[in-house]
Amino acid sequence: MNNNKWLIWAWAASIALVLPTAFLLLQSLTPDTVLFEHLWATVLTDYIVNTIQLVGLVLLFSAVFALPTAWLVAMCDFPARSYLQWLLMLPLAMPAYVIAYIYTDLFDFSGPIQRTLRAIFQSDVPVGQLWFFDIRNVFGASLMLSLVLFPYLYLIARTAFLEQGAHLFQVSRGLGQTPWQSFRRIALPLCRPAIVVGLMFIGAEALGDFATVHYFSVNTLTTAVYDSWLGHGSLSAAAKISILMLVSVFAILAIERWQRGRQRFHHKYTGQSVLFKLQGWRAKAAFMYCASLVIAGFILPLIILAGYAIDYASFATDGQLGKVLLQTVWLALLVAVITTFLGILFAFTTRVSSQKAVSWPLKISGMSYMMPSTVLAIAVLITMTLFETKINDMLIAFGYDAPGLFLSGTLTALVFAFVVRFQAVANGTIETSFLTVSPSLDMATKSLGKSDTKLLFGVHIPLIKKSLFTAMLLVFIECMKELPAALLLRPFNFDTLATYLYQYVSDEQLEQAALAAILIVLAGLYPVIRLTRTNGVH
Amino acid sequence: MKRLTALLLASAILSTEAFANDEEVNIYSYRQPFLIEPITEVFTEETGIAVNILYVKDGIAKRLEREGKYSPADIVLTSDFNRLLEITDKGLTQANQQMQDSDVIPDQYKDSEGHWFALTKRVRAVYASKSRVSNTADISYENLSSAQYKGRICTRSGKHPYNVSLVASMIAHHGKDATKDWLLGLKNNLARKPQGNDRGQAKAIKEGLCDLSLGNSYYFGKMLMDEKQKPWADAVKLVFPNQQDRGSHINISGMAMTKYAPHKKNAQQLMAYLSSEKAQSLYADINMEYPVNSNVEPSELVKSWGEFKADDIALTEIVKHRQTAYKLLDEVKFDL
Repeated sequence: MNNNKWLIWAWAASIALVLPTAFLLLQSLTPDTVLFEHLWATVLTDYIVNTIQLVGLVLLFSAVFALPTAWLVAMCDFPARSYLQWLLMLPLAMPAYVIAYIYTDLFDFSGPIQRTLRAIFQSDVPVGQLWFFDIRNVFGASLMLSLVLFPYLYLIARTAFLEQGAHLFQVSRGLGQTPWQSFRRIALPLCRPAIVVGLMFIGAEALGDFATVHYFSVNTLTTAVYDSWLGHGSLSAAAKISILMLVSVFAILAIERWQRGRQRFHHKYTGQSVLFKLQGWRAKAAFMYCASLVIAGFILPLIILAGYAIDYASFATDGQLGKVLLQTVWLALLVAVITTFLGILFAFTTRVSSQKAVSWPLKISGMSYMMPSTVLAIAVLITMTLFETKINDMLIAFGYDAPGLFLSGTLTALVFAFVVRFQAVANGTIETSFLTVSPSLDMATKSLGKSDTKLLFGVHIPLIKKSLFTAMLLVFIECMKELPAALLLRPFNFDTLATYLYQYVSDEQLEQAALAAILIVLAGLYPVIRLTRTNGVH
Repeated sequence: MKRLTALLLASAILSTEAFANDEEVNIYSYRQPFLIEPITEVFTEETGIAVNILYVKDGIAKRLEREGKYSPADIVLTSDFNRLLEITDKGLTQANQQMQDSDVIPDQYKDSEGHWFALTKRVRAVYASKSRVSNTADISYENLSSAQYKGRICTRSGKHPYNVSLVASMIAHHGKDATKDWLLGLKNNLARKPQGNDRGQAKAIKEGLCDLSLGNSYYFGKMLMDEKQKPWADAVKLVFPNQQDRGSHINISGMAMTKYAPHKKNAQQLMAYLSSEKAQSLYADINMEYPVNSNVEPSELVKSWGEFKADDIALTEIVKHRQTAYKLLDEVKFDL
């Protein structure tokens, strides 16, 4: 296959992936100013403030959770470090809405913790006059999201710290800097691109979250989109708000790029790094910090889920779960394979072509990740039904039988929406790994007269196998947890574990479906552990 | 890899091509499947017609609109009348003459043209603390906004369909401006920001955070049947508001046949079954709702709550104010 063919495929695929977003963009241009003005005059400012607070706090908490732990396990030696370095990844398998549910139950005014506190301290004061802490607010929602999202940053930062090696750090220490100064002035700035990528993923997840914020009754812009479309019945206003969100995200990313300027971050790690051996209270503190995150983000919720599952065991016997589990795993695998394949296509096309415009497919195909998944699902539904109706009408006009909704009425819609949403995840991983392959290998291969196809399959893919695997695992985990798109687009008689669980969660009866939640977590466990293995744990 | 992908994609399309079977009926449902399946399973046993239920959280009307005449759905089930009438108002349904002609469902609870039918009734009731609210006879929606309840009321989100319906009914009775004042007063009386579901409010009353809350009647029954939740229900009294004047606000769960139902005959058969005495008594026993079929008695537990006067305003009157209700909730920032 020559350059052009690769290019055509890449463009075709990326245009398909960007269609739903483009359609929304068009919708946002249609005039419906009345509703938009109503929202603007009433609730929109509050929503915007909430959204900024939410995303800001999630980024902050995630950084506070992820960066010190990543640094500690990459650079220092302390008790249980070799276990903690993969245990810290486990919260990734826990859906945010599940841990939100569990912690609300625990920390709510009427939950066991506040009840006990009241019983101990202020038993004689009337309840109405008591101060009580409220978990159902922006702070609580941010904390929940961060507890399960921070592993993204942790994974990326840890790899970056490992690659950085100890020598730079040693030089810095030799020049009289304290360990803290060295961390702040050398290690962190060098990892900036990696950290930004990690935070970008986390920010996108927080921005698009609906289930958790809804449960915590925090109204964000995603709520506004939802309300406009379903409550006020205006797709145009909904589209306007989503596009506004998208534009602001890109603006922020652009500012970051611009501010980073022409800095380049090449550093070659050579030699074996030596771990700092932490002693005394330092070792204990490091252990406690890492362990408490694992407990809060994974172990405690899992134990509580297991408790629910036992208490409500009689509800779990309807025999559907096995089928639902298989359907979910199968769907997640399919999407993981497709996104990885497309990721290779985009990254490879960008690499072998010398023109600058060629990187566009790569860029735009990942755009939709910034879109709340509910919005994306709506866009997919609308674009697909438009297309299907046209095809059906045409076939009938030519005297054939109408095939019906062959896309939106089948799994195709769901697979497509998942691919559109998670392509960015695969792209990110694959693009970076291509960069690690030296261009001189390409030149050598070409000078031997080999084709592009040979170059890809004979040279690149064997070299970046590990990253391809990582991309697949990340997408797989995301698919296992994804809710809003699945809820809106799944066909008859098809449930994912998340949608199965949600019919109970929506009635605040998570207990009855605790087993489904446990299965989501367990199915994500293997990929999560593999992920840590393939990324530098020896 | 490419061939593998193509294969997987092809199988994805094929695996859901189960539509060909004629002996089935497809439902888009706002009600959770675990509430309806016990009832439809009996139907399948009796008739051999498979019932496929797709639980949809939001936006069934939008979806039907987009799918147009190629929609696979035969029946829509909703848990409130606003969303039921949203679908009929948009012309997405067809009349079921057979159902319309039979008189199992009273006129008040079906469309005059036969497009929609109620299945069950539920009261938007008030849960009042047994220990802290003594005089419950005077409780009305209107006086929930009075100063005596300052800091004593809890509720779920104002934008939940059950609350939107209540607000719309207030507009129907008192007009837009009076309702806005009422909403402001109510918001002012809240002990905490609207959150959780109806059961969660009973729990908060038990813990002493508030004394009164809005809550559907059947949740009260369901809490009594759940070991963990029974103490919450035991702490509150189920109060039917507005007994001194117009009566309590009634909501319905209901059904409609879609305009392009591909399995029309099966759909008619299922709709007839759902309103039959057999299915209605199942509804009454399992879900603690008031059956709409007048030949069927509520369950013993539901009967023990006593007789009550229901607001007899036409549902179609209330629905007219749905959009306004939604806007008012924004204006007073009820959920914020």
